[in-house]
Amino acid sequence: MRHHLLFIGKNLIRMILLLFGVSVAAFILVSVSPIDPLQANVGQAALGSMSVEQIEKLQDYWGVGQPPLQRFLAWASDFFRGDMGISLLYRQPVLEVIKVKLANSLWLMCIAWVISGVVGFVLGIISGLKKDTWIDKLIKGYSLLIASTPAFWLALVLLMVFAVWLKVLPIGLSVPIGMEASGVTIGDKIQHAILPALTLSITGISNITLHTREKMIDIMESDYVLFARARGESTWSIVKNHGLRNVILPALTLQFGSISEIFGGSVLVEQIFSYPGLGQAAVTAGTGSDVPLLLGITVISAAIVFGGNLIANVLYGIVDPRIRRGGKRS
Amino acid sequence: MEERKVILDIHNFSIAFEQYENGFKKTSLPTIRELDVTIHEGEMVAVVGSSGSGKSLLAHGILGIQPYNATLGGEIIYDGEILTEERKAALRGNEIVLVPQSVAFLDPLMKIGPQIRKGKKDKASKEKLDGIFKGFHLKEEVQDLYPFEMSGGMNRRVLVSTAMMGNPRLVIADEPTPGLHMDMVRRVMAHFREMADNGAGVLLITHDLEQALEVADRVVVFYAGTTVEDADVKDFEKEENLRHPYSKALWRALPQNGFQFIDGTQPYVKDLPEGCPFGPRCKECTAECKKRIAYREVRGGRVRCIHAV
Ligand SMILES: Nc1ncnc2c1ncn2[C@@H]1O[C@H](COP(=O)(O)OP(=O)(O)O)[C@@H](O)[C@H]1O
Ligand SMILES: [Mg+2]
Repeated sequence: MRHHLLFIGKNLIRMILLLFGVSVAAFILVSVSPIDPLQANVGQAALGSMSVEQIEKLQDYWGVGQPPLQRFLAWASDFFRGDMGISLLYRQPVLEVIKVKLANSLWLMCIAWVISGVVGFVLGIISGLKKDTWIDKLIKGYSLLIASTPAFWLALVLLMVFAVWLKVLPIGLSVPIGMEASGVTIGDKIQHAILPALTLSITGISNITLHTREKMIDIMESDYVLFARARGESTWSIVKNHGLRNVILPALTLQFGSISEIFGGSVLVEQIFSYPGLGQAAVTAGTGSDVPLLLGITVISAAIVFGGNLIANVLYGIVDPRIRRGGKRS
Repeated sequence: MEERKVILDIHNFSIAFEQYENGFKKTSLPTIRELDVTIHEGEMVAVVGSSGSGKSLLAHGILGIQPYNATLGGEIIYDGEILTEERKAALRGNEIVLVPQSVAFLDPLMKIGPQIRKGKKDKASKEKLDGIFKGFHLKEEVQDLYPFEMSGGMNRRVLVSTAMMGNPRLVIADEPTPGLHMDMVRRVMAHFREMADNGAGVLLITHDLEQALEVADRVVVFYAGTTVEDADVKDFEKEENLRHPYSKALWRALPQNGFQFIDGTQPYVKDLPEGCPFGPRCKECTAECKKRIAYREVRGGRVRCIHAV
């Protein structure tokens, strides 16, 4: 029990430090950004026709001229009281904006996460078992090809094939253009999520496949598999008794660790498909100097990624008997 | 000694590895070149050779689980018939069993009970294992442990148990007692002795001549890929009774005979001399030794040396 509490405590402290670190980093980045928030959001022409008072008011709104440290401390103290502030661009509480955007993104990322995890796992196992055969070469070749293909390029190719040439899927956005929110069906949502989710899945698969393949090869060359063969176990029996058992552990860690990659990938992919998710909001907030929103998104994303890794660690302890039962004995 | 049936007869056996040198040239590395071993039912034969000389390879070759780039040569006769790869696959784990060196050969994530039963859950398998465990004084709870949770004393008995799940007629024990106390060695060896006394042939693979002399009936001396001598354990009582200069050198290196080691090391496969592999280290070596040396019978044993009488 004691080492469990210690584990939780340690991770909580790490999480707080991490969140603090990323928010400081994000803040410094927007502070030194050469973008003038007024010019970017109000526009040169509009600014020219404004009075000095109006401009001062706007400068005040966008935080121009305030010492960065003071701005950060003000944001941090509000944040600790549970107030993430108001988005300057959306003129809504940051939490509200994030909720809506996250819901869109999460749906996309979950699909990609599950598909890349399951498909990558299965392909990796097949490839590892059939090492050096044509099917392994095919799977490995595909994975290496995809791993070296930029996600945006893949997204553009898919977009061209399915949306422009075949015209079977919509070009972008998360719902049909110009439709009332109440009229949007789940079918519409799925249709709009297919291409971005597909892009994310395809890029995610290669990593999981290659790792699972490596692990599977290690397992099949291990002493315990050699001994299982010496004991007359068939290949299928070996895969069932030893292969899956041993490959599932690293796969779990990988799967939860891959949340960060899917998250990172989604920023790009959402941008290309004009998909109004968290990634797109982050880009908008960054280029538009919407400091509260950017910091909010940064903190939430970091928390999710950290949470993924934490789950991986905790699961490892539960699934691996050497940690689960080994801890109990000592 | 009454005539007992030959269970395993290995004749002129070899294992070579195909390798690509510099990425292009295909070469063949003959790790085992000329190996001859005969085992009768109820007999325990020790193959003694130094580390890295290919003893495990021999065990794997008999079981048909050699690496994919290995090519086997020569002839293995098991129970009167040629042991083909198909027969190996059908017999291993049942009639022909391997007892591995350590628990590292057990799946770290599978509990002992299910692992020994190869995942089978039927009543017969369970009863059989329960019976074996009783015989070894292993508590039933041990079946619920993971390999890392076992104590050193349990390890050996569990590894031997794996061999008993089939109906072994040939037991191959590959260095079953590494780094154990002589006391423990005797206890483990007693299990093999018992299997031999129950009629199985036992092939004990070891680098430790002392251990081999302790339990085996016959000792086959393995040097640089070849079997140089096949002698009764009693022959090791006196140096003169031995036939090959290398066996005699091994004898002199035993603690009770004064730890006298000869110079040099076993040649690597690639640098093997012509003819007798022991030639360069042998005092009796003559020009005749540079030819291929036949394995022949001398005084009830076998030897691969032209000078032996
Ligand atoms: N797949 C392989 N390819 C090439 N050489 C190998 C392969 N496997 C084993 N060997 C060689 O076979 C030799 C014998 O190894 P091993 O049977 O483990 O020796 P021992 O059990 O006597 O210590 C090793 O020196 C190694 O170089
Ligand atoms: Mg060995």
